Amino acid sequence: MTPAAAPRRSVTRTPVEVRLERRLEVPHWLGGATTAGAIVFALALSALIIAIVGGDPVKTYLHIVTAAFGGPGVISDTLVTATPLILTGVACALAFRMHLWNIGAEGQFFLGAWGASAVVLVPLLPPGTPGIVLIPAMMLAGFVCGALWGLIPGLLKARYGVNEIIVTLMLNYVAIAWNLYWVFGPWSEGGFQLTRQFPRSSWLPRLTDLASIDRAFSGLTVHLGFVIAVAVAVMVAFVLRRTRWGYEVKLIGDSPQAARYAGIDIARMTILVFAISGGVAGLAGVSEVAGVVHRLQGAISPGYGFTAIIVAYLAKFDPLKVIVAAIFFGALTLAGREIQPSGIPAMIQGILLFSLIGSEVLLRYRIRFVRRIG
Amino acid sequence: MDLTTILAAGIATGTILLFAALGEIFAERSGVLNLGVEGMMLMGAVVGFGVTVSTGQPWLGLALAMAAGGLLSLLHAVMVITFQADQVVSGLSLTFLGTGLARVMGEGLSKAGAISLLPKLTVPVVADVPILGAFVRDQSILVYVGYALVPLAWYWIHRTRQGLELRAIGEYPTAADALGVDVYRLRYRYVVVGGLLAGLAGATITLAIQPGWFGDLTVNGRGWIAVGLVIFAQWDPIRAAVGAYLFGAISRLLFDLQGPSDFFGVANPIFKDHSLTFFLEMVPYILVIVVLVVGSREAARKRLGAPAALGRPFIRGERGA
Repeated sequence: MTPAAAPRRSVTRTPVEVRLERRLEVPHWLGGATTAGAIVFALALSALIIAIVGGDPVKTYLHIVTAAFGGPGVISDTLVTATPLILTGVACALAFRMHLWNIGAEGQFFLGAWGASAVVLVPLLPPGTPGIVLIPAMMLAGFVCGALWGLIPGLLKARYGVNEIIVTLMLNYVAIAWNLYWVFGPWSEGGFQLTRQFPRSSWLPRLTDLASIDRAFSGLTVHLGFVIAVAVAVMVAFVLRRTRWGYEVKLIGDSPQAARYAGIDIARMTILVFAISGGVAGLAGVSEVAGVVHRLQGAISPGYGFTAIIVAYLAKFDPLKVIVAAIFFGALTLAGREIQPSGIPAMIQGILLFSLIGSEVLLRYRIRFVRRIG
Repeated sequence: MDLTTILAAGIATGTILLFAALGEIFAERSGVLNLGVEGMMLMGAVVGFGVTVSTGQPWLGLALAMAAGGLLSLLHAVMVITFQADQVVSGLSLTFLGTGLARVMGEGLSKAGAISLLPKLTVPVVADVPILGAFVRDQSILVYVGYALVPLAWYWIHRTRQGLELRAIGEYPTAADALGVDVYRLRYRYVVVGGLLAGLAGATITLAIQPGWFGDLTVNGRGWIAVGLVIFAQWDPIRAAVGAYLFGAISRLLFDLQGPSDFFGVANPIFKDHSLTFFLEMVPYILVIVVLVVGSREAARKRLGAPAALGRPFIRGERGA
C-alpha cells in the first residue's frame, strides 16, 4: 500500500486508525473461543432488545433453560425438537461444505413428510403391513421425494448455471402449497387441514412405549428418529472425513479451480450432493410424521429447514457438531413456543448468526489500532 | 375480470417488487450481493405500519421505514465490505434478523385496524384512454414514484459519471481503485441505497397497496422474488420494471381465476374444488424459476452477465480481478 493512499482505508477520521491485518496463523483455541464469545454476545444483545420492547430478559432466559432442560420429560421434548434439526442441519452442512447454498431444506422436509404419508394414505402398501416393512418403506419414500426435490436446483445449477439460492427458496413455497393441497384436498379428514391418524404400525418406537417395563419411561416422547438422526450425522461425518468422495466435496468447496484441475466432475457432484442433501432433509420430514404427529398436516414445521441453516453454520459445517448445535436450537425452539412476543426466538437466531459471522473476522484478522502520523 | 383491472392491479402490486429490485440492482451493480431483501422489506413494512398506527402520519411512517431498511443494510455493508464476510451468509442472516425483529415489533399490530394511507392520484384526460389509462387512474402516489424512478435509475447507471464508477467497482474494482475511485465508500453508499429502497418496498405494501400487518405473510417471499427478478432483468432498471409489472399482473390474474364458475362455457375446476387454488399459489414461484432458466440461457447467448466482481470482497492492496 502506498503511503499516499493510506488515509483512505481509515474507518474513522480520528488520529487513531483501525486496521485489519490478516492473521498468518490462527491459534488453535481461538476458533472455539470466538464461537463461545459470539453466542454470549448475541444472548446479551438479545437480552437488551427484549428489555427495550418491555420484556424481562432474565425471566425469558431462565424460562428457556427450565422449559428445555428442567427434567427428564422436557429434556426428552428437547431431543424430539432437535431431531428434525439434526437431519436438516446435516443436509445443509453437507451442501454448504461444497459451497452449494441449499436454502431449500424446508421444502425438502415437506416433500419427505408427504412421501412418507403417501405410503400410508394412497396407500402404496396394503393396510395391515407390519411396521418392520412399513417404516423402512416410509423412510425410503421420504428420502426419494426429498432427493427429487433437491435434484431440481442441482440439475438447474449444473446444467444452466442457475442460482441455487433463489431456486431452493422458491421451491420451499411450492412444496408448502403442494402439502397444503393434499391436506386440504384429497387427504383431508372432515375438511380440516390434516389427514387421518396413521395406524400404530407406522409409528416410530418411543421411549414411552417401554413404560410397562419401567414407569420412569412413561411420557417420554423421544423416538427412534433421534437415533436415526444421530446415525445419519455420524455417517455423513465419516464420509466427509475418511472417503475420497468426501475429500472431493471439500476440495470443490475450498477451491473449485483446484478440483477442476484434479479432474473432478463438478456438475455431477453438484447434482449428487444436492440430491443427497435433499434426501436427508426429507428424512427429517419422515421422522416428524412417523415419530411425532402421526399424520400429515398443514403446519408441520415451525421453520426447521431455515433454522437448519444457522445450525449448520454454528457447527462450521461439521455433521458431528450439528448434533450439539441442533440440541441448542431445539431447546430455543421448544421453549420459544411460549415466549411472548412470539418473534423473539427468530430474532435471537438472526442476531446469533450475525455475531457468528462477525466473530469470524476475529479469526481471520487481527484488529489493530494504529496512531496516524501527520 | 377485465384486462384493465388486471393491469391496474398488476402495476400497483408490481411497484412493490420494482422498488426492491431497483435497490438490489444498485447494490449488485456495485459488486455486493444482498440476500437480506426479504428481511429489510419486512422491517420497512412493520416500521411504516407501526409508525402510522401510532402517529397517524403515513409520510413519517414511510420515511422511517426507509431508514429502517437502510440501517439493516448498513449492518450488511459493515460485515461484507469492511469485514469481508461471506456475502451469501451475511445476507441470509439479515433476512433472519429482519424477520425476527419485524415479528417482535409487529406484536399486536395485526389488530390495529384501518390506518390513514398514502394518497391516490388520477391524472386527468390520460386516465380516460383505454388500457393505458390503467397506469394513471386512482393509483397510489408511490406508483408514480416508481414511474419516475425507473428512467432516473437507468440514466444514473448508464449516462452519468457516477454510474460509470458504479459499474466499474462492480466489474473491476482493482482498476477503479487505481483510477482513484473510492471502492469502499461507494459500495457502502449503494448497499445503503438498496436498503432504503427495500424499506420503501415494504412500506409500499403496508401504507399503500395491501395495508395491514400479517407477520411474515405481509411480504410472503416477495423479497426473494425481487432478487430473482434482478437476474431476469440482467441488472437493468427498465427490464426490472417490465418484469415487476408483468409479475404483478400475473399474480392478479391468478387471483381472479378463482372467481368465475366457468370460462366461456367451460367449467372452472377451481370453482368446484377449492383446494386446487394451492396450485395457483405455486405459479409465481415456479415462474421465477422458469424466468431464471430462460434468463440464464439468454444471458449466456448474449454474453451478458452479472457484474464480474459480484459477491467478491475488494481488498485494497491485494491483487485480484
